[in-house]
Amino acid sequence: MSVFNQSRKRVIQFIMLGTVLVIVARLFFLQVVETKYSKLADANAHLRKVIYPSRGIVYDRHGRAVMRNEALYDLMVTPINVKNIDTAYMCEILEIEKEEFLRRIQVARNREGPRRPSVFANLLSPDMYGRLQESMYLFQPGFELVQRPVRSYPYGVGANFLGYISEISPGMLGDTSGKYNSYQQGDYIGMTGLERTYENILMGQRGIQYLVKDNLNRPQGSLEGGIFDTAAIAGKNLRLALDIELQVLGEKMMAGKIGSIVAIDPQTGGILTMVSGPTFDPNLLSGSYRARNLGILFTDTVKPMLNRAIQAAYPPGSTFKPITGLIALDEGVITPDFGFNCRGGYGLCGRFSRCMHSNPGHAANMRAALANSCNSYFMHLYRLSVDSKKWGSTKLGQAKWVEYLNAMGMGRRIGIDIPSEAGGVVPDTARMNRVYNNVWNSCSEMYVGMGQGQLILTPLQLANAMAIIANRGHYYIPHFVESIDNDNSGILKKFKEKQTVAHISPESFSSVILGMEDVVTHGTARKAQIDGIAVCGKTGTAENKARINGKVVQLKDHSLFVGFAPKDNPKIAIAVVVENAGFGGTYAVPIARVLMEKYLNDTISVKGKPYLTEMLKTNTFSAEIKNKSKLDSLNSVNYAGAEGAVIMRKILGQ
Amino acid sequence: MNRSQAKLTAGIDWPIFGMYLALVFIGFLAIFAAEYREGDHVIQNLLSQNKNWARQVLWFGVSIVLATGIWLTDSKFFTATANLFYAFGILLLLVVLAIGTGVKGSNSWLELGGFRFQPAEFTKLCTCLALAKYLSAMETDFTKLRSRLIAVGMVMFPLGIIILQDETGLALVYLAFFLVMYREGLPGVLLVIAFSGIVLVLSALLVDKFILLYIFTGVAAVVIYFNRYQIRRKKSRLVTIIAIWAFCASFVMYVVPFVFTNVLKDYQVRRIYVMLGQENDPKATYNTRQSMIAIGSGGFWGKGYLKGTQTRFDFVPEQSTDFIFCTIGEDFGFVGSLIFLGIYVSLLLRIIFIAERQRSTFSRVYAYGVASIIFFHLAINIMMTIGLAPVIGIPLPLVSYGGSSLMTFTMLIFIMLRLDADRQMVLR
Repeated sequence: MSVFNQSRKRVIQFIMLGTVLVIVARLFFLQVVETKYSKLADANAHLRKVIYPSRGIVYDRHGRAVMRNEALYDLMVTPINVKNIDTAYMCEILEIEKEEFLRRIQVARNREGPRRPSVFANLLSPDMYGRLQESMYLFQPGFELVQRPVRSYPYGVGANFLGYISEISPGMLGDTSGKYNSYQQGDYIGMTGLERTYENILMGQRGIQYLVKDNLNRPQGSLEGGIFDTAAIAGKNLRLALDIELQVLGEKMMAGKIGSIVAIDPQTGGILTMVSGPTFDPNLLSGSYRARNLGILFTDTVKPMLNRAIQAAYPPGSTFKPITGLIALDEGVITPDFGFNCRGGYGLCGRFSRCMHSNPGHAANMRAALANSCNSYFMHLYRLSVDSKKWGSTKLGQAKWVEYLNAMGMGRRIGIDIPSEAGGVVPDTARMNRVYNNVWNSCSEMYVGMGQGQLILTPLQLANAMAIIANRGHYYIPHFVESIDNDNSGILKKFKEKQTVAHISPESFSSVILGMEDVVTHGTARKAQIDGIAVCGKTGTAENKARINGKVVQLKDHSLFVGFAPKDNPKIAIAVVVENAGFGGTYAVPIARVLMEKYLNDTISVKGKPYLTEMLKTNTFSAEIKNKSKLDSLNSVNYAGAEGAVIMRKILGQ
Repeated sequence: MNRSQAKLTAGIDWPIFGMYLALVFIGFLAIFAAEYREGDHVIQNLLSQNKNWARQVLWFGVSIVLATGIWLTDSKFFTATANLFYAFGILLLLVVLAIGTGVKGSNSWLELGGFRFQPAEFTKLCTCLALAKYLSAMETDFTKLRSRLIAVGMVMFPLGIIILQDETGLALVYLAFFLVMYREGLPGVLLVIAFSGIVLVLSALLVDKFILLYIFTGVAAVVIYFNRYQIRRKKSRLVTIIAIWAFCASFVMYVVPFVFTNVLKDYQVRRIYVMLGQENDPKATYNTRQSMIAIGSGGFWGKGYLKGTQTRFDFVPEQSTDFIFCTIGEDFGFVGSLIFLGIYVSLLLRIIFIAERQRSTFSRVYAYGVASIIFFHLAINIMMTIGLAPVIGIPLPLVSYGGSSLMTFTMLIFIMLRLDADRQMVLR
């Protein structure tokens, strides 16, 4: 029997060896040929945890923090540990229904699995946080409070240029340029304002920690003792040219008005204040009700999210006249002594355009024409400029004229360090050809000489023009950030370069400047007189039209003022626009005066106080806007943080 | 029993003994690796017996005592009591079926004063002894159908009870005895039929049953066409072909669907589909996938002992018992796995060598039984960890954690060593 079955021993050995060979072949495939398994094992066991550094803090020119970080609390839930809790009580604290409670648990379960914590309620309001904190022992261990840094604004101002951060959008994540490669879903990114421009600096450097995790996704310690980890580096702090007291004052005065204030330090180009009225408390966009507030702000009829200082363009009206004069002088088509015999109107272009004054000699020279704001004089200067024989043709003359404007930062973006800047509109030849079907001459748009017609400028451009005049021919690109702590990237270099635009003699300049001084001493801007300081300025009362229900309607004039002070060694150049308010002297001048006085003297004199209190009271909203806008009710909750209120009390002497 | 020290170990087959120790030691290392975490107090764990590896040390101690006992027993004892063993084993199985304790969905455990014991493991030994006893009996003529049926019955009886205990995996191991019976004269065609049966089941699962029906019908038609002259002479040939066709068709159309819906449990069906790559439910494929990731990520040289992330962080379930091979594959890589399999293959071939040198049928059948059981366990266990077999929970002999398993295999091997040592004494 044994011998008979000897061959069967071979068969059995063959079966065993064959099976083992199949196993070996499979092992060879799994362990040697296929490489994906080690990657899968790493993906299984490694947890890449991003450590978020705190964002950089933003200080004003005197080192006061205007945007910093504050800790709010998120309520986190670990679904598997939620048992035997008083659901009804928690729902009561969080002001949610039982169904919502269960839904959120389910969402958390789906997002992170039952064993890892995920957000149950984010950015709790102080009230909810307080009540939860007291009774946390009732809800543990399933629930816990986790600190989360958010932006806070102690002065509650500057919303329009500081900007806000928000979760990166799917569109940005899908961007193929590689700009957002270092971001992942859920990361915060600066969306507007300085937060956006200086995102890379404020963000700091994210740290990465590699952890090993077990099968239930629980971290089990650092990988290889942390040799692959990188530490988080906090964002760098920005130091602005901004004077936070001016900002508070400006925003308070613009509260009931639509319009804008821009003040620049002409010697550096630093923005001292930039107000877009009406605006909102930036704290509204970083707390618990952020989403709700954002919705209201975006849809409000007064458009508080719009930064009118750089995004809205207005006909400059008479405030443009110093620039018309400057160009004519620089081109050499006139001298400061050039006079024009204005008899109450301008008739050289066929029809007679009336103007305010008719007394003889009111436009005998540049200084007088500016002081008296003679429309005829400046329309004529514009015509002389573009018609000058030295250009060869009116079109070339127009092109040259626009070139001047561009050099001064008009009709193009100046390049301020916040996004969404508008360039305004200037009557370049392409535009003239389009509007006038290629048939036009210096008479066609002679009104631009007095700041009307095919010319609209942003308040920033107006303020910058004042800086040019104050500096007698040059400017620095207006900017918020003067310096960045511990930074040598050279990102601010372009703001330190002098931009020279005019080459006229000091005598020629002085005619324009003296004219502007006269406007303040005995002209339309008398409210801007500050004892002991030579203020130069020019008011504007700009006609404007709007298309309402298909009909072009003439609206109430915009009130404008531009100016700088002191006359010699100027420290502040300012532009104020109050939309549809009336005369320049009524609103824009007092507002500018208060700010200039505050900045130059650091106090507001007895003479200035009435202007301040009046401007704080005045509301220029139309009845329709008052009815529709919900902004006041939103701001009244906590507008201008505690620090802002302190400043106002100090200034008002209460 | 006054044998001297020299005589005590006389006749022992050192290679087998060495490989036995090696495998138990590797098993200990693997169980330790599966459980050890940085900072564990090894001594404390060993004393408090709160880790599998620590308990495995205890079980090894018990096993060595058992092995010594067996070694000191006269080999005639096993031939004499083989049937008693079998009866006792069956009794245990029935007791468990009645009062068994449930562990992970099966009722195959018996609680004995705090210790849990799985008789289905032990019964393998009993069946092996009883089968050897029956096949070596003077009155057995294994060329007769009756003897073959009795032998098959002896194997199928415990198998049936274990299936009733929901331990399908352990039950399947009893099929290993067919390899023994083949060695002893069971017609080879049975192996062919068994193989065809497996192919038939697999195709029934993978291919739509109506398509299979068309294929069978087509094949039958072709076969009939080519055999038309023979059929004209001999009608029985046609009957045979039609019978085979009818069997295959009904098997695919009715038997397989019936077994899958009514006999097998849901999880078993799913595991089979997972193995065939037909099921993509991540929950169902989790074990196999994690185990393949563990082994695959070991690479050529392995991650190093105690460095495997898959095993250290519990990604692989049952990693000190059924999936113990993952730890070896991950920490020691392809090279380590190859050496490990090499030890096993050497053990198997050595046992067959020993079997063939026996003079008594009893010893030979018994040794073949040991080889077949170890082989079945090895093949199915490792194949399920690398995705070649459905996940049926059977341990890797001598390596997996578990007292029942380690003691059973120790007894299996040492009884064989005892028989081998005494091979010159008697000719039965």
